[in-house]
Amino acid sequence: MSTTDLGYAVQLAFIVGAALFVIGLHLMNSPATARNGNRLSAAGMIIAVTAEIAFVSQGQIGLGNWAIIAGGLALGGGAGLRLARTLQMTAMPQLVSLFNAVGGGAAGLLALSDFLTLNGQRVLPGDVPGLDGWRTFFILADILVGSVTFTGSLIATAKLMGILRGRPILIPGGRIVSWFAVVCGLSVSIVLILAGAGVVTYETQVLYTLFAVALVCALIFGVTMVLPIGGADMPVVISLLNAFTGTAVSMAGFVVNNVMLIVAGALVGASGAILTRLMANAMNRSIPNILMGGFGGREGTQADLATEGGTVREVSVDDAAIQLAYASKVVIVPGYGLAVAQAQHGVRELADLLEARGIEVSYAIHPVAGRMPGHMNVLLAEANVPYPQLREMDDINPEFERTDVALVIGANDVTNPAARTDRSSPIYGMPILDVDRAKSIIVVKRSMGRGYAGIDNPLYVNPKTGMFFADAKDGIQQLIAAVKEV
Amino acid sequence: MNVGILIESLTVFVLAILLGFEVISKVPATLHTPLMSGTNSIHGIVLVGAIGLAATADGPLAAGLAFVAMAFAGANVVGGYVVTDRMLQMFKRRPTAPTADAGQAQKAPR
Repeated sequence: MSTTDLGYAVQLAFIVGAALFVIGLHLMNSPATARNGNRLSAAGMIIAVTAEIAFVSQGQIGLGNWAIIAGGLALGGGAGLRLARTLQMTAMPQLVSLFNAVGGGAAGLLALSDFLTLNGQRVLPGDVPGLDGWRTFFILADILVGSVTFTGSLIATAKLMGILRGRPILIPGGRIVSWFAVVCGLSVSIVLILAGAGVVTYETQVLYTLFAVALVCALIFGVTMVLPIGGADMPVVISLLNAFTGTAVSMAGFVVNNVMLIVAGALVGASGAILTRLMANAMNRSIPNILMGGFGGREGTQADLATEGGTVREVSVDDAAIQLAYASKVVIVPGYGLAVAQAQHGVRELADLLEARGIEVSYAIHPVAGRMPGHMNVLLAEANVPYPQLREMDDINPEFERTDVALVIGANDVTNPAARTDRSSPIYGMPILDVDRAKSIIVVKRSMGRGYAGIDNPLYVNPKTGMFFADAKDGIQQLIAAVKEV
Repeated sequence: MNVGILIESLTVFVLAILLGFEVISKVPATLHTPLMSGTNSIHGIVLVGAIGLAATADGPLAAGLAFVAMAFAGANVVGGYVVTDRMLQMFKRRPTAPTADAGQAQKAPR
């Protein structure tokens, strides 16, 4: 089938749909308009899908094909709807990752089916041999990127759900397998593209085999790429996989010759690329460095720094409550521990209590706190925290000196002053929240365990710091009770 | 592959990427999760491709692939938009009573 002779009306509908996507994304610039933006984007999607259904219904399509369309949509849509409605907000990173997997998977399937059902003839030189190299290129780009996204996102989802360990998983020889998959997949692809361009000729059977090899290499690479990456690097990984999915969809657009897919995929690819860069900058690490993985697993990084020498001062609930209740400015620093413990509602309740006493409360949000970009913002929004109270790192850092109490809940590496001072620290140079500049610091933490980066935090032995050992949710409840007593 | 179509598609592709950079670099950190989730639903546009595939599928292999592609893309689109909407309705400037109709019920300047 050629989609080049789409009815004009359908083409116009696609332009409208694409425009609505762009306008919808533009409205994401402000929390006040974002919801309408998302609805506009959904309207664009409905228009595009309706137009496509109208278009295909004009062809001779059998009942079986309609059954595939309706059945697939009902099954997938139903599952998606159920997940989207019922999943807790703390589970957002894995859901986004899962949608990356299915999106990338669907894009890969388009090219796979295109190749298989046409008996590989798209990869055989056609009327214009030189140009068919391009067609092969797009088919392969779609399959490779789609497959890497599919398996990579599934692994990321499994890590985020706790099915797989969040810490870097290093399989012996894993890096060699990765490199082998990359080199093998790319070289086979080049051979196939040359075949498509008519430079070299092979039997169809050989083409099939080569094609299968490229596919398997990509699937393997997705797994070996994400496995060694630690939990704290997840914001970067999810953004990157999001960019990959967009790219795969865009390539699929070239394969099935549909401008709508090209535009929408490119928008997503661009957005994913920007977020990936922002996240990597926030950790002061390059994207290749993160992808090489094994951050926390690296031997010798657990150099016992200041914690060895200093002593940890434990603070009781009542002491902590008194400090909070008589402060005039409190900054709450949330981290992944808050998400794990589902403590966001408790934190909001505590903040309300403090505000009722006339205390100024704000939240300091590190860009990579949590497991996906903006993770903390969503959780606190769920707990009804007004978004103007959520302050970005650069905005809040100068205020720590005037802060009476910095309350750190489930955050570790993003508050580690070693990033500023200790050149030997693996996170040296990473921008952090300057909580150690506050007049006093209370850290709610389950134990003295290290953060995901696996390094010690000198903040905990700072004389100004009181450690309150408790699960975030439980600890906050105790604090609430104690503050009420004060 | 038709050279005219190739050039046209590449043009659209490049411009769309640049447009994406332009539009998205202004999104504040507060909205990064909804932005990801929203762009996630947008890549569900692959559903349009899947419909085209399903409409022309003949034989069990093609039908099977098309069915999986439809289900994947369907989950992507429906789930993506619903969850993004669910997230965005929580972003409020000021706390409202839990029962109040979210967002719009605020005092609108008249």
